[in-house]
Amino acid sequence: MTIFGVLHILLFFFVVLALTKPLGAYMHAVFEGEGILSKKVFGPVERVIFRVFFVDAKVEMDWKRYALSMIMFSAVSMLAVYTILRAQGDLPLNPQDLPGTTPHLAFNTAASFTSNTNWQSYGGETTMSYFSQMVALTVQNFVSAAVGIAVVLVLIRGFTRKSTSDLGNFWVDLTRCTLWILLPMSSILALLLVSQGVIQNFDSYKEITTVEGAKQIFAMGPAASQIAIKQLGTNGGGFFNANSAVPFENPTPFSNFLEAVSIILIPAGLTYTFGKMVGSTRQGWAVFAAMSVIFLAGTFFVYNAEQTGNPTLDDLGVSQSYETGDLASSGGNMEGKEIRFGIADSAIWAVSTTGASNGSVNSMHDSYTPLGGLIPMFNMHLGEVVFGGVGSGLYGMLVFAIISVFIAGLMIGRTPEYLGKKIGPKEMKLAGIYFLTTSAMMLLLTAVAVSVDQGKVGPLNAGAHGYSEILYAFTSAGANNGSAFGGLTANTEFYNTALGISMLVCRFVPMIAILALAGALANKQKVPTTAGTLPTDSPLFVGFLVGVVIIVGGLTFFPALTLGPIVEHFLVNAGILS
Amino acid sequence: MLQNTFKDLRTTIIAFAAFTVLLGLAYPAAITGIAQVVFPGHADGSLVTRDGEVVGSALVGQNFSGAQYFHPRPSAAGADGYDAGASSGSNLGPSSQALADRVAADVARIREEEGLPADAEIPVDAVTASASGLDPHISPAYADLQVARVARERGLSEDVVRDLVQKYTDGSTLWLLGEPRVNVLKLNLALDEM
Amino acid sequence: MSVQMPNAPEYREGRSEIAKQRQARASIWNWPIILQATIDSVKKLNPLHLLGNPVMLVVEIGALVTTVLWLDIAFGDRAEGGFFTAAVSVWLWFTVLFANFAEAMAEGRGKAQANTLRAMKRDTMARRDRDGRIEEVPSSELRIGDIVRVEAGEIIPGDGDVIEGVAYVSEAAITGESAPVIKEPGTDIRTSVTGGTTVTSDWLRVRISANPGETFLDRMIALVEGAQRQKTPNEIALNILLATFTIIFLLAVGTVRPFAQYVGGDVTTTALVALLVCLIPTTIGGLLSAIGIAGMDRMVQRNVLAMSGKAVETAGDIDTLLLDKTGTITFGNRLAAEFIPVGDHSEKEIATAALQSSLADETPEGKSIVDLAHRLGYNGVGADPRAELIPFTAETRMSGMALDGHRIMKGAVDAVSKLATNIPADLETVSTRIAMAGGTPLAVVDNAEVLGVIYLKDTVKPGIKAKFEEMRRAGIRTVMITGDNKLTAATIAAEAGVDDFVAEAKPEDKMQLIRDEQALGRLVAMTGDGTNDAPALAQADVGVAMNSGTAAAKEAANMVDLDSDPTKLMDVVAVGKQMLMTRGSLTTFSIANDVSKYFAIIPAMFIGIYPQLDKMNVMRLSTPESAILSAVIFNALIIILLVPLALRGVAYRAAPAADILRGNLLIYGVGGLIAPFIGIKLIDMLLVLLQLD
Repeated sequence: MTIFGVLHILLFFFVVLALTKPLGAYMHAVFEGEGILSKKVFGPVERVIFRVFFVDAKVEMDWKRYALSMIMFSAVSMLAVYTILRAQGDLPLNPQDLPGTTPHLAFNTAASFTSNTNWQSYGGETTMSYFSQMVALTVQNFVSAAVGIAVVLVLIRGFTRKSTSDLGNFWVDLTRCTLWILLPMSSILALLLVSQGVIQNFDSYKEITTVEGAKQIFAMGPAASQIAIKQLGTNGGGFFNANSAVPFENPTPFSNFLEAVSIILIPAGLTYTFGKMVGSTRQGWAVFAAMSVIFLAGTFFVYNAEQTGNPTLDDLGVSQSYETGDLASSGGNMEGKEIRFGIADSAIWAVSTTGASNGSVNSMHDSYTPLGGLIPMFNMHLGEVVFGGVGSGLYGMLVFAIISVFIAGLMIGRTPEYLGKKIGPKEMKLAGIYFLTTSAMMLLLTAVAVSVDQGKVGPLNAGAHGYSEILYAFTSAGANNGSAFGGLTANTEFYNTALGISMLVCRFVPMIAILALAGALANKQKVPTTAGTLPTDSPLFVGFLVGVVIIVGGLTFFPALTLGPIVEHFLVNAGILS
Repeated sequence: MLQNTFKDLRTTIIAFAAFTVLLGLAYPAAITGIAQVVFPGHADGSLVTRDGEVVGSALVGQNFSGAQYFHPRPSAAGADGYDAGASSGSNLGPSSQALADRVAADVARIREEEGLPADAEIPVDAVTASASGLDPHISPAYADLQVARVARERGLSEDVVRDLVQKYTDGSTLWLLGEPRVNVLKLNLALDEM
Repeated sequence: MSVQMPNAPEYREGRSEIAKQRQARASIWNWPIILQATIDSVKKLNPLHLLGNPVMLVVEIGALVTTVLWLDIAFGDRAEGGFFTAAVSVWLWFTVLFANFAEAMAEGRGKAQANTLRAMKRDTMARRDRDGRIEEVPSSELRIGDIVRVEAGEIIPGDGDVIEGVAYVSEAAITGESAPVIKEPGTDIRTSVTGGTTVTSDWLRVRISANPGETFLDRMIALVEGAQRQKTPNEIALNILLATFTIIFLLAVGTVRPFAQYVGGDVTTTALVALLVCLIPTTIGGLLSAIGIAGMDRMVQRNVLAMSGKAVETAGDIDTLLLDKTGTITFGNRLAAEFIPVGDHSEKEIATAALQSSLADETPEGKSIVDLAHRLGYNGVGADPRAELIPFTAETRMSGMALDGHRIMKGAVDAVSKLATNIPADLETVSTRIAMAGGTPLAVVDNAEVLGVIYLKDTVKPGIKAKFEEMRRAGIRTVMITGDNKLTAATIAAEAGVDDFVAEAKPEDKMQLIRDEQALGRLVAMTGDGTNDAPALAQADVGVAMNSGTAAAKEAANMVDLDSDPTKLMDVVAVGKQMLMTRGSLTTFSIANDVSKYFAIIPAMFIGIYPQLDKMNVMRLSTPESAILSAVIFNALIIILLVPLALRGVAYRAAPAADILRGNLLIYGVGGLIAPFIGIKLIDMLLVLLQLD
């Protein structure tokens, strides 16, 4: 590790920390319809919109109606994306005359974008027309993010309300989130990115002759507008194949910083919103702290692993040491990394994007050192709770908090309670469904893929690393992350179908469990706090929560990870290649 | 219950249509409009022209193999590298024999091209493929390694070339963001200008 | 003025033999029970029995699978791995047996108690009174409403209410309390009798209030036997969590083989089964039901009968404790606190007179007067056999003695005043002051001369303040409820250190108070004994009825305290908390253990594919087989080692939640991480020593 890298990581963290409270407070005002802006500006606009939508904003839904609305909206979304991708060849804004996609790719992509995963079995510039990128994918980048936030709002209401089945109105939450949070933030970010050189046009691809006389084709398109929301909405689906590593998506260190901060900005802010909603910002900061501990530990770990470099390259006469001055060199494992980002920026991004269910990349995880690549995978195994997806990260962490409170509560001799709600069999059942769904899909589908021929042909790399590529793919799909060990050839009928199903199941089954959990919690009485109540805003509890997250995640995937990155680490160090 | 479901289905369709128009058409169009007015060059790809001809983008790397040019990093984009219509990294894993073979070959090639001793250490970026395959930069260390050859080929003094490298070296933004780096296209264009 | 209560619990001198026996059974090492439990643990191998315990069911299936594998090896051609497979298989069977043993132990202790109770329930003959005609019938034929007559020396044939007669009844059989209790009709509390208790003097006519099989004794037997034990909500929730973990580990282990095959190797089924069993939370899974049964058992040891496990658990959650002032916080009997002379008399005069009048007085008040006089140094007078005792009667409302022409009487001020020829001016002032402060003034008169007033004060029980302090630390609010005026209530409340009090309370106020507290989401516990307490006992989340109380009260409550000691509520809370703490701590321990087991088994399992994984063998276990076997053995032994803890419960102290959590996390979390590393290493070393590796 270098002092430069350490400071850089801390700078990044403190910028996020500084933005958490103002953004969280703003989101709180928007969701609760409070504040001068909500009353004077948003309110009147909303009234018109809700009239058009046939929505009575005052009518609240129980969890079942909320879930049904959410499912219907997502189903229509998915259908629309599928149709557009299939019909792409006949639709406008297609200067490269790209044809409609295969059915399985259309299914995979539709599942991927409506589930906020943004796994891409395709390369953007070679597959998608501008119309598809905008009308199909950009729209989903917004609304799938808004759906995630809406669901966590319902869960928070489950904690704050008592003896009721009213949990808010899906359409109100969706609209407010999209219009007053995601759209303004994306617009600002998009323009900032253009200022750095991210492209935003409708031109056809430019073919030029290089200095040495070769042909070079530049893919074009309305990239900035999509990249902004892909970062903010923890979507991660790149406009171009190599995602945010591509200079047109992420041209400068500053654009990189903006995009990286955007990955965890809203998930971090939501912890503060949560604190405000439950009436104790300390509770929000406690969740933030637990996420931060894992985040910082992961970032330093990855940074250290990558900066140390690949021992194989050392033996080949390659210098991987960090240098400054006229002979400055980033050093470290630079395979699959860009010079302008170096090791620190790449490590921050890798941990943010996998901790936050974003899935965009500015470096290629497939080429990371074994331990450097282990953490991104492990982040996803933890259930995307290190800030996590917009909404989904917080509700995932709250489920972990429920499990932690349950065990800790028993240990202090009281029926466990969290935020004044007793945790009983029903809550545990739903939490169990939440965890089992993703773990089961990740492990079982990986097991299927490594056993069938259609799966075995996928990996680019051989041996343990090839296995890691498959494991990473199903981990990513199950975690609704979307990043990949890119060597895997995933645009096949088998992978597109299996991954698509995984993304859908792992998005919507846990979501419904969360909504049901909210319903169960809202129905309950609120228990007052006494000296006998387990304080859930103390460092002790934060530490315990972190322990539960790591141990539960670790125990579930330790055998699977052993045969992948862990064994690869020992192999590489022993000089054994495959 | 059923009545509510029908109501919500109607809202689903209206809301989805409205959001599609707003977010899928109006939003990108508006951003494009503003971008084209405020940052026209940036929005179109920061293209670099020489003698009125576009020769590349300041942001995107391109192949240079001539001895008189500074060479970029290996690229895995497209069949020949630096295909800006098919960005890609190599995706070779750390334990990949193919990676080791490629690196070994590149190390040998560079040592030969630059006239270095057989045990000379090569900066890591010189032999590793970037994430996008379009990395426009090389490290100052790798640039320095090429100064002697470029100076020799162009009949320039090494100091002149080294000064030019310095000129096209970007430091870290705000001390902490990003790494020192040399833009290969800009440097080579400047060399050609001389 | 308070009446004589010969058996008021606070005056109990000691416990009877039965009570001592009951204490003795609390010891873990009771060989007959251990023997029985060993036999039962084999019987419990029946898979049907394990259906409710998914964790142990998986272990048993694993044991079965490895046994079949071993048989296949033993009788097949393959020579390899026979011993290893057999050893794993044996230890897996032991794992199930140990868990069964824990449960059987807990049940065994309950069964032993039930047998003692059942011994008392022998069928007695009852003298049934049918319209004046007395007929002898077996007690099993008695039905609700039957009237029986019980003479001295006879066993009361069933639960009922006294309708005629006054008699002493020994309840030692049930409560362990040796001093007999007075039973008489129409007094609410002292009217109800329990079947199985013995009339020791006089006779009683009793109206039977329970059919055979539904009596208090029957319910008690069923409870201690755990026959109708239902899982509590917390237990169910924990079971769901454990089942979730089990499924997760099934997935984690079940997918290992395809993963290993993809990278070009394989793993043995025995190793996979061993890994699975070591990972699933067998420690807590094996001890869970034992903890629950033992919790109920600990209640019984404290002479509290909980009607359900849920009630015990709820006791641990109590936020508010509702306590009657009289009898709970204070001695119900008012005790002499001061001698106040009136007129021109001295303290010595009244003290001496009061002492004389009380020497033969056996009531608590009388005794306390003697005590006070002695404490103040007035020892001059001894009991004089010539003294004539004048007993207390309801008409005179005074008592005293006559000797040498002196007739010294003490009693209610207005009653005693009637004897006096001359009433001192300050008598009224003094007695009013005492009354205002919540005390009772007792005037003392020597013939016609009023000497002064004895200040009888309601006295806070010693040590109760410390108990309330403890409650406060545990986050439990204490509320005193009393019919006294505000001033008196405030005095006592301050003295006892309760958090709040309700003065001038009518019986129905209790109910309202409970409802108010519950509306705030608080859980309320209370004690009660009277029929008018019944609705409040039913409304309270934890209602503890005194065994001395009425049948209605006992029916409404979810716990009955056989000692009729209202302060027992605090023990009940502690037992409830202990039960949850034990479960939570062992769950944490169980999960924390997994880390070391991974480090033991994973390298051993894959070392055939990747020898480089030996670096993960941080414990340096000697061979792959010994590594796996050591983990399995540790996993089995830890269950048996923790049986005493499961039965005894994790130590409980009243402290803020965060402190308790920190302590338990340190012991069971951090300890659970480290202990198995040491344990597995030791077992491995032992295996090497015995050349079993």
